[in-house]
Amino acid sequence: MSSEHGSEKNVSDDDKSLPETQDTAAGGELEKHPFADPGLPHHEPRIQDIDERAAKRSERVVALFFTISMLATVAFIVSFVVFPIDKIFYLWPLGHISALNFSLGLSLGVALFAIGVGAVHWSRTLMDGTELVQERHPIDSTPDEKAAALATFAKGAEDSGLGRRKLIRNTMFGALALVPLSGVVLLRDLGPLPEDKLRHTMWRRGLKLINMNTNEPLRPEDITVGSLSFAKPEGLEEGSHDFHREIAKAALMLVRLEPGDIKDKQELDWSHEGIVAYSKICTHVGCPVSLYEQQTHHVLCPCHQSTFDLSDGARVIFGPAGHPLPQLAITVNDEGELVARGDFAEPVGPSFWERG
Amino acid sequence: MKKLSARRRHPLAAIVVLLFALAATGGLYAAFAPAGQAKAEQSNLSLDIEEGKKLFAVGCSSCHGTGGQGTSDGPSLVGVGAASVDFQVGTGRMPMQAPGAQAPKKPKVYTEEETRQLAAFVASLGAGPEIPKPEQYSIKGLTGEEIAAGGDLFRQNCAQCHNFTGEGGALTKGKYAPNLADVDPKHIYEVMETGSQAMPSFPEGIMPEKEKRQIIAYLDQVNTSETENPGGYGLGGFGPVSEGLFAWTIVLALLIGITVWVAARNAKARKS
Repeated sequence: MSSEHGSEKNVSDDDKSLPETQDTAAGGELEKHPFADPGLPHHEPRIQDIDERAAKRSERVVALFFTISMLATVAFIVSFVVFPIDKIFYLWPLGHISALNFSLGLSLGVALFAIGVGAVHWSRTLMDGTELVQERHPIDSTPDEKAAALATFAKGAEDSGLGRRKLIRNTMFGALALVPLSGVVLLRDLGPLPEDKLRHTMWRRGLKLINMNTNEPLRPEDITVGSLSFAKPEGLEEGSHDFHREIAKAALMLVRLEPGDIKDKQELDWSHEGIVAYSKICTHVGCPVSLYEQQTHHVLCPCHQSTFDLSDGARVIFGPAGHPLPQLAITVNDEGELVARGDFAEPVGPSFWERG
Repeated sequence: MKKLSARRRHPLAAIVVLLFALAATGGLYAAFAPAGQAKAEQSNLSLDIEEGKKLFAVGCSSCHGTGGQGTSDGPSLVGVGAASVDFQVGTGRMPMQAPGAQAPKKPKVYTEEETRQLAAFVASLGAGPEIPKPEQYSIKGLTGEEIAAGGDLFRQNCAQCHNFTGEGGALTKGKYAPNLADVDPKHIYEVMETGSQAMPSFPEGIMPEKEKRQIIAYLDQVNTSETENPGGYGLGGFGPVSEGLFAWTIVLALLIGITVWVAARNAKARKS
């Protein structure tokens, strides 16, 4: 379409594609504002404006909502006095809920909401319904104000002599560039450096595996095929000062596999009679990963569905985790209790920059 | 003695002797009776095993093999014990309706007597956990402190799959940890003792009997149809995900609806 017109007349395409422009090409006003403000539609009266009975009806509705609000406030006060704090009752589908909480919440909610509904209905049906336009002033400053501002700026620049006095200018730039360094240096106090804390846990050679449930040393005969147990290092007492800091790295889960089912040779070497001990901390972002499916020997992390195969060196078989779960080499001591053969061979938990 | 011998020809003497004889026979019978009853129980048990074997051949052997040795369709049942059978059959999980990721709980197929017979048969295949006695899973007499410690144990051992209040959750490939609301305490005890399908077991050495009772008591407090929830509807107890979904869909839709009503054009007297 537009190309046809373009070949006939030597006018820009944009303008002549508008029908108004084609019809009244000479109209200067239309050229300036091609999309003219249509203005407000003609004001139409509401029923309430012309029918006094309808207005009365609206008035009664508004009054009804305000009355409901008053009744709800009275109900609030009554329920506060009447219901004891431990009164429980059944209400479908909410279940066995507190009578006090429910009645206070419901009555206060109704009391506030009914005021709002009444006020909005009042303004919509009875207050002046004529549409009004409120004009904004233009955002631009006047030319006089702009000129004055520029003159002031030029005078200031002249006075400072920044272009002329180079010594002042250069030292000032230096001072401004150095000042933020104080803030950067203070960032060092955000915490101690991690040093090698991420690489070591409490586990060391000969430390007993303590059952998290019973607080007793775990023995190989406690752990049957298909069972799941959790262990902490000997000497770490729940409630002690550094319990959470240490268990966050040292938490273990233990399962027993049929030795023939273990596919990974190192896993078999580090196990004891098929009992394997793995870190409970996911190598993705460190969630406790212990959703153990005893038929498949898969462990699922609840946070991002990383899945590890405990029968194959805790290899990642699904999900975002980047490393297998670290395994703890275990054996038994002279008393027949499970003990660690050393610390984990690699850092537990999520990867970090220098992990390698 | 003389008095007694003088009356030995009394007309009632025969009756007295008869009474003594009866009492002696009864006493003797009573003395030997327990042995006989035990024998009867023994024969009852072997009867149960016989009946169970028949039921097993009809209902279970197609997947678990005629001797319970397992096939490619079902695991071996040697050594799983009576507790496992009582749980799987008593909750309707077995027999399985159709092959699938997981056998769900459903109305049970076998009567209590048949379940007992099946359990007796499977227990005879190899030693395993027995059906617990009521005092093993009874929650009577536990203090509030012990029940709270049961909550700790639940969060340590169970919550990773079953959610903090036992509402259940998803696992891999269509498997899931079921909701624990209103599960019979006996069944909770049995499944902790024996494991079930994907669920690992928590035997005595890992979780002693008392700790199992504490966990059952904790569940009784937080997740039954009678559980008191003073804060109101829990939205399934799944935490911020379900709460956020509720706020962003239902609540926000209500707020938008009210806003639209506040700003809507008034009804006019005539249609323009």
